[in-house]
Amino acid sequence: MYDAGKVTIGLLIFLLLVTVPFWYNVAIGKADYAPQLEKPANAEQCIRDTEYMTAYHMNLLNEWRDDVVRNNDRFEVATDGQMREKSLSNTCLSCHTSKEKFCDQCHDYLGVEPYCWDCHVIPEELGQ
Amino acid sequence: MLEKAFSGDKRYWGWIFALLAVIGLGFIFYLRQYAEGLTITGLSRDVTWGFYIAQFTFLVGVAASAVMVVLPYYLHDYKQFAKITILGEFLAVSSVIMCMTFIFVDMGQPFRIINVFLYPSPSSPMFWDTVSLAGYLVLNALIAHVMLTSERQSIAPPKWIKPIIILSIPWAVSIHTVTAFLYCGLEARSFWMTAILAPRFLASAFSSGPALLILLCLLLRKFTKFDAGKEPVQKLAVIVTYAMSLNVFFILMEVFTVAYSSIPHHTAHFEYLFLGLDGHSALAPWMWVSSALAVLALILLLNPSTRRKEGILVFACLTVFASIWIDKGLGMVVAGFIPSPLGTVTEYTPTFPELMISAGVYGLGLLLVTGFYKIALSVRKELPT
Amino acid sequence: MSIDRRKFIRLSGLTALGLAGASAGNVLSDNAVDSTEAPQTHAPLVGKRWAMVIDIRKCMAAPDCNECSKACHYVHNVPDFDNPKDEIKWIWKETFHHAFHDEGHEHIEEAIKHAKLPVLCNHCDDPPCARVCPTGATWKREEDGIVMMDWHRCIGCRYCMAACPYGSRSFNWRDPRPHIKEVRSDFPARMRGVVEKCTLCDERLARGKLPACVEACKEGALTFGDLEDPNSEVRNLLREHFTIRRKPGLGTQPEIYYIV
Ligand code: HEC
Ligand code: HEC
Ligand code: HEC
Repeated sequence: MYDAGKVTIGLLIFLLLVTVPFWYNVAIGKADYAPQLEKPANAEQCIRDTEYMTAYHMNLLNEWRDDVVRNNDRFEVATDGQMREKSLSNTCLSCHTSKEKFCDQCHDYLGVEPYCWDCHVIPEELGQ
Repeated sequence: MLEKAFSGDKRYWGWIFALLAVIGLGFIFYLRQYAEGLTITGLSRDVTWGFYIAQFTFLVGVAASAVMVVLPYYLHDYKQFAKITILGEFLAVSSVIMCMTFIFVDMGQPFRIINVFLYPSPSSPMFWDTVSLAGYLVLNALIAHVMLTSERQSIAPPKWIKPIIILSIPWAVSIHTVTAFLYCGLEARSFWMTAILAPRFLASAFSSGPALLILLCLLLRKFTKFDAGKEPVQKLAVIVTYAMSLNVFFILMEVFTVAYSSIPHHTAHFEYLFLGLDGHSALAPWMWVSSALAVLALILLLNPSTRRKEGILVFACLTVFASIWIDKGLGMVVAGFIPSPLGTVTEYTPTFPELMISAGVYGLGLLLVTGFYKIALSVRKELPT
Repeated sequence: MSIDRRKFIRLSGLTALGLAGASAGNVLSDNAVDSTEAPQTHAPLVGKRWAMVIDIRKCMAAPDCNECSKACHYVHNVPDFDNPKDEIKWIWKETFHHAFHDEGHEHIEEAIKHAKLPVLCNHCDDPPCARVCPTGATWKREEDGIVMMDWHRCIGCRYCMAACPYGSRSFNWRDPRPHIKEVRSDFPARMRGVVEKCTLCDERLARGKLPACVEACKEGALTFGDLEDPNSEVRNLLREHFTIRRKPGLGTQPEIYYIV
């Protein structure tokens, strides 16, 4: 092949470059990192199946947001018959009191930064 | 074809780098605006649109004015415009891109602009403005590209492009009409609520745009081997003359209606613009200069003996451009907000960062014009490559 | 499920409204507006066309009073800037001369001329702001006429501010958070680059509470209720008094009425 050597070296460099984040994590010992989630003290279960929540909580939040803001539908009936408010700060954070020790654990690791907190207020940070 | 924009002499590169520097500076200020918010502009709760939206409005006019060369050339087969039509089209493309950039920098949440397409709202003129501008950009980019390609290959342009060109003519009128609808449909703002706004926009566009094109042609002749020819430039000058006359006529219509009926919430804006209101008169000197320039331009243009002298024509074109820029790019938008619907006067002055960001956008436009013209002229071998 | 439940809520709400409407405006002697938490306690207030009647005479009796504005701005995390350029306000006191710009005349009663009265979003029947919004971030809620805001969708183009004939909308020119006197967590704050305004406390209505301004008004100058209900307090007031609206000639049909 024409200039096979150069191509191979080039490819190797390329591979090395695209895997930099991986090597970086190995180097700082983050490779086998697992998020340390603080379990709520006041409940055993989340408001939906845990698997569902792990994978789809952002969809649920979007649904809630549209229900509340656009469809004037603010409450849902929980399995125990109680009315539950569809609210990020008032509901999610009433169990997961520490955003830092819960939500951020995953998000920081994944590098997602939901912009919700630009507006939605974290009760814990107010000392309430 | 693109490679043609990347070869040139020292002067060419000097100019390019100067523009890049201006753009870079504007970008740095934009980053600051992005971080801190629009508070770094002179805008306020009362005057919510200012320099950015005014430049947008002005440039939609420049973009639409391409039709003044396209129409005679393609519809009336006015062959004299053969050489400059492509310049008009590229000017349109660059202007539309500037318009879009001005809208972008004016947004509070620029990265949510996508919502305009995710949740289309046909009741909003802004929705239609977005659609018509985007369409106009595509049309002109396509036409310019196809025409230039066939010219380079020395073949006749494909037949299918003709209907597209015809379509671009009413489309040009539509972009500026819809831009006027942004304003003239608002019952809250008496100053804009006038049926003559769209005609006025078109008249001022069809004078300031071709005036700019004349200046560009003469600049090109000075710095390159390109020569638009005497005849087409004179023809453009006539277009500028008619359009400018209409523009002034329309303004006078407006002034008569407002002054004679003297309904307070109509007159208040004109009072602010030309005389000052409640002791505030920041725009008055500008507006008087604009009016004086308009009169001067008309005198020079209407008189054939002065219009035919190239030196004077250049001066007249500068006058037209400046007069309309002040009227549309400073007065028109801001005066709509002063006085406020509650009758209070809050003045607006663009801040330094705001001006730098605007300069950056203009720099971007000039860079595009330069690149496009370079390509067009290189294809015609009117430039040493 | 949601349809049936909503119907139910509406029914129970109507009853609640009858009660609330009757006492609207002069309930709560305590000016501390209570929080929006504890959703189960009240059935929501449900109306077909919410409206407010403001008795200017009562406002004139207490010229320095600003309770409505204070309460509203407190429950909604509205920041407090001391410069008019960045200012954000949902309900505030405006002189008669400004609020009714085309109205008054040279020889109008001195007291009225300088009277300060509350102004807020008029929740127009034909809201120009909603008409011009390019993303549907502001719209009129068909079921009860509230002109709503979706802060998640707003792109910050400020077209609605140009379109509003009443100056009722504010824009977040800068990050508001550092300027909120006392941040609360039960209602989100906003961020730089979005528009905001009064939503007639839709979040409180859903919890069976009157709008914060109405609840906070010690003079009983603000009355809130359903225009479609012929027995409502607002309808009674409109029947018994001569009332005016801001810029009626524009055809926006404001739903905030003023007793002069
Ligand atoms: C009633 C208290 C309560 C509320 C309210 C609540 N959660 Fe949970 N949540 C829990 C508990 C307890 C768990 C752990 C369940 C388990 O370990 O099986 C959990 C688990 C989760 C998980 C999965 C974590 C993992 O281990 O993968 C996510 C994500 C989550 N919650 C998000 C939310 C969001 C978002 C909201 C608001 C929409 C919310 N929760 C509201 C109690 C709650
Ligand atoms: C088990 C790990 C985990 C936990 C715990 C968790 N999240 Fe997430 N979150 C995710 C993942 C994974 C995504 C998706 C990222 C993506 O799609 O790129 C996500 C995305 C989101 C998004 C959408 C962000 C975007 O930019 O689209 C929101 C909003 C969100 N999470 C809110 C929360 C809140 C609030 C909590 C705490 C109550 C929480 N999450 C806890 C893993 C988690
Ligand atoms: C520009 C400010 C802003 C941002 C950013 C924002 N929200 Fe909101 N959100 C609000 C406001 C204001 C409300 C209305 C609250 C009400 O009416 O009770 C709201 C309501 C909601 C609600 C229902 C009511 C409640 O108390 O939570 C949900 C759920 C919600 N938002 C989710 C989100 C999520 C998820 C994100 C991030 C992906 C987000 N929001 C980002 C301002 C914001």
